[in-house]
Amino acid sequence: MSWRKNLNLSFKSACAAAAIAFGFVGTATAQDADFEGERVELIIPFGEGGGTDTWGRFWAPYFSVFLPGNPTVVVKNIPGGGSTSGANQFQARAEADGLTAIGTSGSTQFPYLLRDKRVQYEMRDWRVVLASPTGGVVYVNSDLGLKSAADMKALEGVKLRYGSQGATSLDLVPLLAFELLQLDVDAVFGMKGRGAGRLAFERGEVNIDYQTSSAFINNVTPLVDIGNAVPLFSWGALDDDGNIVRDPSFPDLPSFPEAYEMMKGEKPSGPAWEAYKAFFIAGFPAQKMIFLPKDTPEEIVKAYRDAAQSATEDESFVTDRKATLGEYKQIVGEPAERIFRQAVNVPEDAREWVQKWLTDKYSVQF
Amino acid sequence: MLDAMMTALSHFAQPTHLIYLLLGVGMGMVVGILPGLGGIVGLSLLLPFIYGMDQISALAMLIGLVAVIPTSDTFTSVLMGIPGSSASQATVLDGFPLAKKGQGARALGAAFSASLVGGLVGAVILTGFVVIARPLILAFGSAELFMLAVLGLSMVGVLAGKSLPKGVVAAGLGLLLGGLGAAPATGELRMSFDSVYLMDGLPLVIVGLGMFAFPEIIDLCRQNRSISDNGTLGLGWRDGVRDMIRHKWLCLRCAGLGSIVGALPGLGGSVVDWIAYGHVVQTAKDKSQFGKGDIRGVLAPESANNAKEGGGLVPTLLFGIPGSGSMAVFLGGMVLIGLEAGPAMVGRDLDITYTIIWSLAIANVVGAGGALLISPFVSRLTTIKYGYLAPFMITVICFAAFQATRSLSDMVALLVLGVVGVLMKRFGWPRPAFLIGFVLAANTETYLYQALQFYNWEFLTRPGVLIIAALTIISILLGMRKHPENPVEEEESSHSHNPKRWPQIVFAGGLLAFFAFGIWDATQHTFLGSVFTGSVSVVMFVASAILIWQLVRSPASHPANFDHEYDLDHQDVKPTAGLWHYVLWVAGLVAATALFGFLIAITGFFIAFLRVKAKASWLRTLLLTGLAVVGLCVLAWSLVLDFPAGLLQDLIKLPWPLG
Repeated sequence: MSWRKNLNLSFKSACAAAAIAFGFVGTATAQDADFEGERVELIIPFGEGGGTDTWGRFWAPYFSVFLPGNPTVVVKNIPGGGSTSGANQFQARAEADGLTAIGTSGSTQFPYLLRDKRVQYEMRDWRVVLASPTGGVVYVNSDLGLKSAADMKALEGVKLRYGSQGATSLDLVPLLAFELLQLDVDAVFGMKGRGAGRLAFERGEVNIDYQTSSAFINNVTPLVDIGNAVPLFSWGALDDDGNIVRDPSFPDLPSFPEAYEMMKGEKPSGPAWEAYKAFFIAGFPAQKMIFLPKDTPEEIVKAYRDAAQSATEDESFVTDRKATLGEYKQIVGEPAERIFRQAVNVPEDAREWVQKWLTDKYSVQF
Repeated sequence: MLDAMMTALSHFAQPTHLIYLLLGVGMGMVVGILPGLGGIVGLSLLLPFIYGMDQISALAMLIGLVAVIPTSDTFTSVLMGIPGSSASQATVLDGFPLAKKGQGARALGAAFSASLVGGLVGAVILTGFVVIARPLILAFGSAELFMLAVLGLSMVGVLAGKSLPKGVVAAGLGLLLGGLGAAPATGELRMSFDSVYLMDGLPLVIVGLGMFAFPEIIDLCRQNRSISDNGTLGLGWRDGVRDMIRHKWLCLRCAGLGSIVGALPGLGGSVVDWIAYGHVVQTAKDKSQFGKGDIRGVLAPESANNAKEGGGLVPTLLFGIPGSGSMAVFLGGMVLIGLEAGPAMVGRDLDITYTIIWSLAIANVVGAGGALLISPFVSRLTTIKYGYLAPFMITVICFAAFQATRSLSDMVALLVLGVVGVLMKRFGWPRPAFLIGFVLAANTETYLYQALQFYNWEFLTRPGVLIIAALTIISILLGMRKHPENPVEEEESSHSHNPKRWPQIVFAGGLLAFFAFGIWDATQHTFLGSVFTGSVSVVMFVASAILIWQLVRSPASHPANFDHEYDLDHQDVKPTAGLWHYVLWVAGLVAATALFGFLIAITGFFIAFLRVKAKASWLRTLLLTGLAVVGLCVLAWSLVLDFPAGLLQDLIKLPWPLG
């Protein structure tokens, strides 16, 4: 590629981006869902950098291109309270005019589901635009002698160690999974992110760990290749009927329910399983979602969903997606609504079960 | 490896690459000069631009920005006494006294040339180190990281000044405040009074501003002259460069230190400058000038904090674990252009890694050169009458403070910590020791807990731990070498030994009460959640009790007895106002913000201050106020930021930027 062409291309994109970053606000005429001359703020309730911020910044320009009137779409970071501050602010201040949206993550969903006292938002009322799924793979140290999930019975009674960010973080899903499998897992808290957990695994400080899909492919596959790590199962993905099936990124690995059956000889059931399923959905297949405020007019919701739909069909989106969002198909519109309902409708007894379990096992106070 | 190096070199033959690098550097200069707007903000401003750019150009731009920020943020650290970022807090200690002596240009010259050396040495070390870094990083487990935190804490000994109990209590206060919020082991919320703000822990930026910038601003307002005490600039930047050459070995050592400490994930970039500063104080023969304007106190942290950025790239690229906040955004940028961090960065993508490292080197050269060029002009700021500068400075620290969570709470936290800082300065409590404790609190607690979980107490016998423990002992012994004087904090004179000691005793009593509260709070939580804060509180309760006893019973000449106010009363030029006068001005600003929102409050503050304190004409007042308000709005607009709102905004809906 000649540098001239290169520069030209970059210059164009720089101009587009400049327009995005320094656009001007006109008067609001949102009724007809035309955002011409507007500045749309996508609230990201986390600081700059990190997964959700990167994901939000990936989506922002696509909304700018595909929303009617090509508004400027900017990311507004409101960190604090483990993402509850930004969500509270969105609940309290955002107007239903389509000029403010929020991008959430599992760390926004979980406190809501667990009825954390910092939560002053009612997610159930929000209008979902899209959901970005992700997956994850659980792997163990090869010293444990396992070759695959088929050998998981050998883990019974073995002392395992897991490096965790905290019992009420996204790590709730693996901790619940270990509980269901009745593994003797000692969770060591205080890890600053999944990367730190992986480092502890590489050092031999912990012997069981999970990584989200892209981190697994980039950083754990080399460990599998040299024989230090053995992948056991993926969390799985949701099919259109809401069943947990194999993760398309890891077709050779059993999903968690499969692995459970391999180890226990029966399908998982009971309140612990119900609880696991709800938090799993809120944590993985619907990990990151974009919402509009309560009472947003139908035509604005439709405009957003259409924009998201057009984006997912866009050629550059498809090529860029792989790097940023992984192999997963983005869920837009009706299906997103369905999966969102599944994620927020935790049966009351399942919620109580989790809260009690968290208090008993990890002394979490509610 | 050679292939990769050649490919990387070929990237530099392309003008586009260099152009984008320069763009990044330019952006970094602007963002870095404004305190509080560090690498994180700069990078996130750049992120929208990197869409559709080819990988190499985008990386060059991002790296250009990251590389110059530790250089350009030196301006405010040296000239204003405002730490430009959390990685340049230590620079303030000697840099600002030099500016006050009228040697701002010299200090900047030294700082920038040291930054240059640091950046270049860092890049050279990285070129070789990056391919063998994996095993080394993996060798540093939780046990070793805990021991490193202890090594850092041992610096308190040399930063304590004359009274060791004061140093220990100051560090303990830092440890306890650093332990505020969620316990790493259990997530229990400690000492947070059910406030969501305190649950997240105090932001380091605000602690740094409160401890260093706030007391200096108050002091300068009271003296009401220019920052440079004789109103001139004195020596030029060339003298600073000569200082750097004279102390080249020190700079090289600190650069090496910076790149290694920066490369260890989990220790955090904000420790680097303090370790470098502790190192230079420890190894210096004549320590009498530290804290009063010793050029070595500028050279050490500056060479280390530029090398640190290179070091921080190692865990970011190799493991996908960002070593600092700006590295987290850099990692996000890599994802957006389709690059995934991981072992491939030293395998298949090694040429990209080398491109990144050498871009860093080039950016450092350009950045330091540019900063040197503009330094003679910027340092003229120190000759302006402070009455005109003060409202700008106060705006700047407020703006920097509310970058943390973008709420009024940030300003309240700044005010409270600022008052503590003012008192610590007045009574000669070593604020660097406090900062060390604060910065290392989370690491100390987390890694100790993790090491105990992983290895039990046997972690103490791991070879790495033993080596670092030996280093710690050597460092303590070095620090204890007989030194006639070691006043890191304030100049001491017999005048400071105030016969009227009750203000000091009241302050120490306040700390005692705070530690008592820490003990009580610890009894409210589980063992794992409270053992750290509890033990710190108990030890510090005893230490501060001893100190109070010293203050009450010992003769006036005792080193613990120190009152800067008494000292001021015996100087020829008396301050124009009492200690609390300007603190109340700032408190008024915070109160007005709570009522009317920040923008209205700061407008009123500007007008009032310029009219009453600087005695400016109405024309000048309005001009300067307009300048400040427009500047603030432009910044807030491009950063997608709402100003902290007040009661007024709760009642009526106002258009941006007022609402």
